[in-house]
Amino acid sequence: MITLAAGLRLPTNGLDYAILAVYFAVVLGIGFAARRSVKTSLDFFLSGRSLPAWVTGLAFVAANLGATEILGMAATGAQYGVAVVHWYWIGAIPAMVFLGLVMMPFYYGSRVRSVPEFLLQRFDKSAHLLSSVLFAFAAILIAGVNLYALSIVVEALLGWPQWVAIVVAGLFVLVYITIGGLSSAIYNEVLQFFVILAALIPICVIGLKRVGGWDGLTSSLEKSHGHSFLTAWDGTGIGEPNALGANWLTIILGLGFVLSFGYWTTNFAEVQRALSAKNLSAAQRTPLIAAYPKMFIAFLVMIPGLVAAVVMPKIGQEGSDLTYNDAIPLLMRDLLPNGVLGIAVTGLLAAFMAGMAANVSSFNTVFTSDIWAKYVRPGREDRYYLRFGRLVTAVGVLCSIGTAFLAASFNNIMGYLQTLFSFFNVPMFVVFIIGMFWKRASMKSGVWGLVAGTTAAMINYFWIYKQGIITIPTDQGANFVSAIVAFVVGAVVMVGVTLFTQPKPEAELAGLVYGTLPRPSAGGTPVPGLDEPPAKGDDAWYRRPALLGWGAIVLAALCYLPYSF
Amino acid sequence: MSDYQHEVELERRSATAARLFDIRLVIGGLFTLYGVIVMIAGFAVSDADLKKAEDININLWTGLGMLLLGLFFLAWIKLRPIVPPTAEELAALQEDTG
Repeated sequence: MITLAAGLRLPTNGLDYAILAVYFAVVLGIGFAARRSVKTSLDFFLSGRSLPAWVTGLAFVAANLGATEILGMAATGAQYGVAVVHWYWIGAIPAMVFLGLVMMPFYYGSRVRSVPEFLLQRFDKSAHLLSSVLFAFAAILIAGVNLYALSIVVEALLGWPQWVAIVVAGLFVLVYITIGGLSSAIYNEVLQFFVILAALIPICVIGLKRVGGWDGLTSSLEKSHGHSFLTAWDGTGIGEPNALGANWLTIILGLGFVLSFGYWTTNFAEVQRALSAKNLSAAQRTPLIAAYPKMFIAFLVMIPGLVAAVVMPKIGQEGSDLTYNDAIPLLMRDLLPNGVLGIAVTGLLAAFMAGMAANVSSFNTVFTSDIWAKYVRPGREDRYYLRFGRLVTAVGVLCSIGTAFLAASFNNIMGYLQTLFSFFNVPMFVVFIIGMFWKRASMKSGVWGLVAGTTAAMINYFWIYKQGIITIPTDQGANFVSAIVAFVVGAVVMVGVTLFTQPKPEAELAGLVYGTLPRPSAGGTPVPGLDEPPAKGDDAWYRRPALLGWGAIVLAALCYLPYSF
Repeated sequence: MSDYQHEVELERRSATAARLFDIRLVIGGLFTLYGVIVMIAGFAVSDADLKKAEDININLWTGLGMLLLGLFFLAWIKLRPIVPPTAEELAALQEDTG
């Protein structure tokens, strides 16, 4: 949960507000202009599967680049130092590459509209319904928490009352998603991506100059925080103490493998961007194209965090009213003149709205296609679901506005709920990975894997860690361990259940499990009706998924080099 | 595979590819405008602004960067316009939306 210190009011003027106003007008304009492209429910929920890869790729990275992420990661940088890069180079890139190279042929090739729908086709209705309902709740909750965080930031920085910020931002999102559907959400995300870069780069440049360049920054931090603050791996040997409270094993397995794969490969708010691409090649390239900007955003959040730790040595310490989350707003106030300040404010607000919109636009899809059209009102004509989708979007936004007001009065409960839902992501990944690679995994094993993994993560976190049965230094470290536990328990239970229950008939698994893919080049045998000829130009070398994917992995590994010793 | 066929049918009827505007135009337009506005603020820089930003005329440089990005997108449209749908595709679209 984001809280900001009082007294961070930005010296905004008319110029800054003009820049902000132009942006809000363009956001609405995109919504109205996208309206004429929405004729079917597929247009509304998945942009008719027609977008080019660079658009879906930038939307993929922007959907994750919400303001809570930016402020939070800069805060992590100010608190733990260079170790924040783990959340990018090992905690995102490998999972994004895996999604693009390995999982996307199953997702996109099977023409499912959502991540839960894949579970329906691969497993059974119970796994589908469980994951759909939980996802729908979580999406509204996260959208509401996002809106609440926005209102706190806006109140601190601009002085608007909280309720004004919640209602205004909520209504803008409502209008542009209800009218323009996913196309409108995605286009706004692409725009937001560039605006947030235009906000972060000047902060980094001036911030670095303020502390005497990179050399000045490192020598100051070396004196005040010690050498390990400037390395990614120092002190992460098993049993060694470090600020992060995690060792190399839990970082690699917990964060790098289980948590990150769970988030990036099964979170529908992300995967939806790839499913809206125009063909399989573009869908595969979506997370791969996203991996490159993601890699360098690490610097854009780490540098403000480190600079803040030098400029404001008291930040986050006892006796100071500045928290780590104040890092970026603080630098905005102290370094940016009017003009660029307006761009930065716009970028921050845009990031909040895009973070919320990503959740709303995935919520309406799951609620309409997975819950309503499958269990409540199946078999209606397409026009009905399009109308219903628009209605649900409006209801979803109103619910998240309500959630935001609730969060304002029950702050702790919301934080608690968020932790609770986060435990659900991990077993999703184990169910997917086993379901995609093991034909025998039975229909019932899906739902039991989900339930067992979630329960195991919760028991580990709330009982074994919180009650102090095993000592783990920080919540962060405990999170990593819980994720590993959830993964192992989920896998064991799935295997166990499979041994005693019916497998899915082989014929129904075509295109869903490894070895049954339509194209032999993707590792499968041809299946009639599932073949897709490659589009013109997709065979260019720079569009080859394998090259893009392995390139990203190598580059991320190289990024670690200067920070490993 | 009836769901699958339904999806393929909807994909055929989808209007997004033919009717959705080009986002490059919006990015190009907005960043050109922002670039010009912020650069003007940079030309009218005050001593206080310069002092705040460590003697970098950050408005000028950021404005220039944004302007170049905007022009890049506009040039990209000029060089690689979206191929308009063929007469055949348009006819199919009209038939469906009726």
